[in-house]
Amino acid sequence: MQLLTISGSPHVHGDQSVKKIMWGVVVALIPAMLVSFWYFGLGALLSICVAVATCITVEYLVAKFILKQEPSISDGSAIITGILLAFNVPSNLPWWELVIGSVFAIAVVKMSFGGLGKNPFNPALAGRVFMLISFPVDMTSWPLPVQNRMVIVDALTGPTALGTLSEGIKNGETVSQLASKLPDYTHLMMGNIGGSLGEVSAIALLIGGIYMIWRKIISWHIPVSYLLTVFLFTGLLWLINPERYIDPVFHLLAGGLILGAVFMATDMVTSPMTTKGMLIFGLGCGLLTVLIRVWGSYPEGVSFAILIMNAVTPLLNKYIKPVRFGEKVKA
Amino acid sequence: MNQAVLFAVITLGVIGIASAAILFIVAQKFKVIEDPRIDEVADALPGANCGGCGYAGCRNFAEKIVSAGSLENLNCPVGGSNVMKQVAAIMGLVAEEKDPMVAVLRCNGSFAHAPKKVVYDGALNCQFANALYTGESGCPNGCLGLGDCVDSCAFDAMYIDEATGLPVIIEDKCTSCGACVKACPRHIIELRKKGPKSKRIFVCCVNTEKGAVARKNCEVACIGCGKCVKVCNFEAITMENNLAYINFEKCTLCRKCVEECPTNAIHELNFKPRAPKHPADKQEEVVA
Amino acid sequence: MLKTFKKGGVHPHENKLSADKQVQMLPPPLKVYIPLGQSLGAPARPLVDKGAEVKTGQLIAKGESFISANVHSSVSGKVVKIDDITDTSGYRRKAVFIETAGDDWIDTIDRSQTIVRECKLSQQEIIRKINEMGIVGLGGATFPSHVKLSVPEGKKAQTLIINGVECEPYLTADHRLMLERGEEILVGITILMKALGVNKAVIGIENNKPDAIAHMQKLAADFKGIDIVALKVKYPQGAEKQLIKAVTGREVPSQKLPIEVGCVVNNVGTAFAVYEAVQKNKPLFERVVTVTGKNVASPSNFLVRIGTPVADLIEKAGGVPENTGKIISGGPMMGKALNSTEIPVVKGTSGILLFPESDSKRVKVQPCIRCAKCVSACPMGLEPYLLEREVNAALWDEAETDRVMDCMECGSCQFTCPSGRPLLDYLRLGKNKVGQIIRSRTK
Repeated sequence: MQLLTISGSPHVHGDQSVKKIMWGVVVALIPAMLVSFWYFGLGALLSICVAVATCITVEYLVAKFILKQEPSISDGSAIITGILLAFNVPSNLPWWELVIGSVFAIAVVKMSFGGLGKNPFNPALAGRVFMLISFPVDMTSWPLPVQNRMVIVDALTGPTALGTLSEGIKNGETVSQLASKLPDYTHLMMGNIGGSLGEVSAIALLIGGIYMIWRKIISWHIPVSYLLTVFLFTGLLWLINPERYIDPVFHLLAGGLILGAVFMATDMVTSPMTTKGMLIFGLGCGLLTVLIRVWGSYPEGVSFAILIMNAVTPLLNKYIKPVRFGEKVKA
Repeated sequence: MNQAVLFAVITLGVIGIASAAILFIVAQKFKVIEDPRIDEVADALPGANCGGCGYAGCRNFAEKIVSAGSLENLNCPVGGSNVMKQVAAIMGLVAEEKDPMVAVLRCNGSFAHAPKKVVYDGALNCQFANALYTGESGCPNGCLGLGDCVDSCAFDAMYIDEATGLPVIIEDKCTSCGACVKACPRHIIELRKKGPKSKRIFVCCVNTEKGAVARKNCEVACIGCGKCVKVCNFEAITMENNLAYINFEKCTLCRKCVEECPTNAIHELNFKPRAPKHPADKQEEVVA
Repeated sequence: MLKTFKKGGVHPHENKLSADKQVQMLPPPLKVYIPLGQSLGAPARPLVDKGAEVKTGQLIAKGESFISANVHSSVSGKVVKIDDITDTSGYRRKAVFIETAGDDWIDTIDRSQTIVRECKLSQQEIIRKINEMGIVGLGGATFPSHVKLSVPEGKKAQTLIINGVECEPYLTADHRLMLERGEEILVGITILMKALGVNKAVIGIENNKPDAIAHMQKLAADFKGIDIVALKVKYPQGAEKQLIKAVTGREVPSQKLPIEVGCVVNNVGTAFAVYEAVQKNKPLFERVVTVTGKNVASPSNFLVRIGTPVADLIEKAGGVPENTGKIISGGPMMGKALNSTEIPVVKGTSGILLFPESDSKRVKVQPCIRCAKCVSACPMGLEPYLLEREVNAALWDEAETDRVMDCMECGSCQFTCPSGRPLLDYLRLGKNKVGQIIRSRTK
């Protein structure tokens, strides 16, 4: 007989593992990925491949040669970062820009803090913001869907729905005047609009989100409180002045809100640990998103909102404690 | 134009004077008068903040020295007598000459001597393992080999030897700060006199079980037979709870006990190899 | 909706392999080692010497401090020696070694099968008897029962809660006991109710034992004031505080005892032992132990004498399977891994579990990904991930403020951790250290 093993209890382990969680997220991203292939064709495919390949390579090299730890590519976290990064850029972005963004996301935002689990900011979002600041023109000219299926660069481009809105309001147009220029809800749901390649289809993203909640990869707290906050806040504005502020459903469906709420804000590493903290996190994300969208100079505010709340997360973890058992004594 | 210049100068001037006043008041209010010798003493100390003196860092120790005004019971094991002499000079005192010490591991339960009976799988932390069970060899007093001592060492003077599973103390780096002594939940590590030319003799075992039981787990355990006690001419060896202990103040390094010990539990360090008993052995050594 | 506790909890695979195996009575073994310390508190003082002849049920060691329990001989025969024996952790403890000869019980024990329902003893007499007979909590913590039943001055017990949850996977000892000795358990409960001066008792049983629920419900119709509550399957429902929460909705405050909310919790096994002690004069010298495991030839429930070597039990269940990699005393969530089978069954042994090699090793440890699953799994509302870090950094004050002492070591956090981190190892270490600090403060 071989030697007996001694360890402290528990002697059994649940069936969750980092690998399963990360690959679960990858699976949840598939519907949105397929939609992006459908609308943006080769460009989308190429972007995703470039970003994922760069992320994996950089993570491997940094882990092996700089951190001198065993590279853990198979946990799938670099793949998620790669996909999400690609999801956040226009499909016709020059590939070398995407490579630079990916290197920044993994090497600077993730690995310089010590790798998986230690980064305070969401690598994909930080990478995206880095690219947005470095290549503002390329990052804000979106190819139109369907027309550009077989083209990679130099395609027909147009603004996003939010861009059109923000531009129009700035020029003094009212919402009803702009209505004809904006895509209708069906297009927003299905994704037949201009935008970053992964953010266009609300339906595909929500399917992924429901899958993740069902598999218990994420909890409902962050996405629900985030989306609800945006809905209520923009709804309030809309009730005050429907000519200046567009209706809340448009805000929910347009731009990267659902992608952000479902896949970015819920990133375990950079979101709070307690349910109460998660609700506050979602609330903060929602408020900041609307503030930036409605009054900021950028038409879209999801990335900035989540990154700012990422910075607040350690505070939330420090001050928002779970309700301890036996703390509230019932009489 | 002139008015604007004047306005700027006055505003800045007022702000500057006000700030200076605040700074002055605060500096006066929170002024701390400190004995300048504290800084001097602290500078003389090694600055490792290891806590080996029993105080929270070198500066705390310096404060203690200055406030006590004497060096009684105050010693920096890391700096040794050189540093203490400097400190004494600053303080206008005379430092007591202290023998240099070194950490000694009193367990030889390597994989070969005390084979594994079970396999441990859990947190790499001796304190936890000690509370959980007796150890892979089954010896309730032996080294657990999970490296709490190595983690505690601020001087990189320890490492775990992969081949034996036991920590190794690098004598030249050991400053006898005593951190490992405190870290070991089984009190295996002891600070002993470094000895002339680092020669030391000690019982390399802390097992207090009865001889047969101890022997079952480890072939080099002290079995409490008492032979060493009898052979020692200097009353340096005592026997308590089936365990021999060599008092390093009394030991004359004669090495009689080392030869006598039936389980080779008594170790000698840094001695010249003995004159071989058989000429044949000598031949081999020359060849090697 | 079935009742359960609200916060945290996990659901490990139940694996109740021996649920339909009738309890088998084992003959007295050839030799027993009876440890002197089998309960929480101080070990008992031996009353017999080497060479003494003892009978089954004879008092051989007396618990002398308040929190301490008597120890009785579980066989008749000769005391060989009083010497050290390794306990579940491998450390040495004093035990009485007895070589068995026949099975001669002391005369005062009523060995008939008739069930005596009526108990004429007074409250004080019952508690004294329970003390005399060495009854301890058989759920695992082995807290001396007479202490638990002595309600402190100024407090009043309202409800007796009987723990028939058996939330640990694999174990079926309580389940079988309820099915086979239901009536005795209920009589035992009436005795416990009398001892506490309460007129309400609730038996909590998890819903994965529908036969036991139905059986006990049928029997309980005959007894006044005893209710059966079916509970949703969730670990750790068998923990005292969680069970009280599930059954009554009350929360026992941090670091306080159940009596704070007017509850006293006892295990069904304890209720049965109380019945035997009070009505049949039988000291606690045997108990039901589940021997099980995926590769065990015949997973079984045995009624065994205290002091029987674990090896004997495993032999009776078909021997140690070829590829066994871990042997556990107790359940898989809270049990202790054994380093030898030459250790005795004690009052607190609820099961012996044999794990194949493939299940014995922990999963690979990976960095914490801050998924917060440990936080949501913790039934006490703690943050295990944070406590692990604090303990690792030796921040004992912070660990205390973050309530490391509230941890009851149920292991839900480590069970659920996707990174396979040894959270409970560090929490235990933290409890140990912080406990020492707190104790040194009061000195």
